[in-house]
Amino acid sequence: MSEAAPNRTMRGKTAIAGLGSTPYYKRGQSYPQTLEELVSKAILGAVDDAGLKVEDIDGFAYFAGGFDTGFLMEMLGIPEVSFSASITGTGGGSAGAIGLAAAAVISGMAETVVCVGANQQGAQRFGSITSSYPATPENAFFGTTGLVGPGHMFALLARRHMHLYGTRREHFAEVAMSTRINALTNPDAIMRKPLTLDDYFAAPMIADPHCLFDFCLETDGAIAVIVTTAERARDLKRKPVKVLSSTHGGSRDWGRSIYWMNMPDETFASSGHASIARRLYADAGLGPEDVDCAQIYDHFSSQVLMQLEDYGFCPRGESGPFVSDGAIRYDGGVIPVNTDGGQLSAGYVWGMTHVREAVEQLRGTAINQVKGAEVALVTGGPSTLPISGLLLGV
Amino acid sequence: MDSRIAKPPPAGLVNLSMDAWTAPFWEAAARHELNLPRCADCGSYRMPPTPFCPHCRSQNIAWVAFDGAAALYSYTIVERAIIPGSEDSIPYVPAIVEFQGAGGVRLITNIIDCEIGRLEVGIPVDLRWIDLENGSALPAFTIETADNK
Repeated sequence: MSEAAPNRTMRGKTAIAGLGSTPYYKRGQSYPQTLEELVSKAILGAVDDAGLKVEDIDGFAYFAGGFDTGFLMEMLGIPEVSFSASITGTGGGSAGAIGLAAAAVISGMAETVVCVGANQQGAQRFGSITSSYPATPENAFFGTTGLVGPGHMFALLARRHMHLYGTRREHFAEVAMSTRINALTNPDAIMRKPLTLDDYFAAPMIADPHCLFDFCLETDGAIAVIVTTAERARDLKRKPVKVLSSTHGGSRDWGRSIYWMNMPDETFASSGHASIARRLYADAGLGPEDVDCAQIYDHFSSQVLMQLEDYGFCPRGESGPFVSDGAIRYDGGVIPVNTDGGQLSAGYVWGMTHVREAVEQLRGTAINQVKGAEVALVTGGPSTLPISGLLLGV
Repeated sequence: MDSRIAKPPPAGLVNLSMDAWTAPFWEAAARHELNLPRCADCGSYRMPPTPFCPHCRSQNIAWVAFDGAAALYSYTIVERAIIPGSEDSIPYVPAIVEFQGAGGVRLITNIIDCEIGRLEVGIPVDLRWIDLENGSALPAFTIETADNK
């Protein structure tokens, strides 16, 4: 795909003007609040943060199926909307929903668009979510094998990566440990105890080679952001965070990925993000060397490694040694990753914690502030297409 | 070495929904035959079976009886029962096997009836069948040995 001409890209035309978040709750502990209540609290927080009124909202951009726009309008007293759309797929769209909102604003379909992600894990844990899917002819080809959760499925990619490139569990451990260090200083983080290599290897194995600490948390919470024109954002309460580029979709070589498992060998042991990254950088006119911090969808530690490769922070197959050299540490790393403690140690809100942390970094208000951060990468969850990426800047 | 034997996956998860395009695969499986879908026009294999050949868009399928010769492409050892009631199935080994004799298509399956410590990506594996109470059967694989060859 050729690079789009700058005037055809969304580069810098819109900005995130407001950010709202509920606390992060351990799985099920957000009750008796309802899911829509959590979503609404995040939205109200975001409009307040921006210095807007909830009545100003005229659009919703979702991912992973989204929420009930009519019910949210009814509940919050939003008089009229002119845009309501969702990126399909699962957590893969979390970064791309910001681009969907930007597209709505640039096209003139709406001016003040909310992106919101939320989850509340009660009856159905995400850890076994694939076992809750309705029986279909397609999922008969994986559901019968006892692959009941994404952690089982991504373990198959992780082992292939180990086989092809010599990646070791110590490399997965470094992702878990460096992320935990970032969580220690974050008052909103769920996991606030240090994690040592001994702790990691003493943890129960869940789906070999994935042990307990390779899995993200199962938490409840909601996060919302407000996207509007860059021009309007300048006049609002907070420092605008510009949307430099946002891409969603992906390559047929990745396709349904973990539900297909017939990706070509060179794509199989990856995150599927190579084509997303290529377009994301091209649209922004930037490269990996320009990124000051990366908020990388960490449902599984092994997938952080593979995204580091797909986003060009290190060559294919070299992410293990790359992280072992301290490359993703907040303190001294060449590319600090998941500076809030990520989904592995802070909280899991289907990728929206990563959007939140990127905004904090670029506002200069992050707990673990990367000095002089001007460009932040956010990725959506590697999973069935569409998947997505986002570059934000000051 | 891990001398535990890989068990079959939890039986309670099996719900063989099928449609016109996938039924021939499962009907053959019930007879302990591994039939793979091959495009009748361009000859490309595909898995799972879908209504169109992704290479030439033909809807003509030739179901090819396959001997099951496979290489272990990747695997995971499930050590914890996430679904309540599946404790007795631990450990089980979801796996991907690759059929070099059928264009390199892969099947998501299970490794059963062999010592877990002998598993290694790339080794040859042999076809086995897991019979289900309702008369259907699931393809599974085990490590080739002199005894079972």
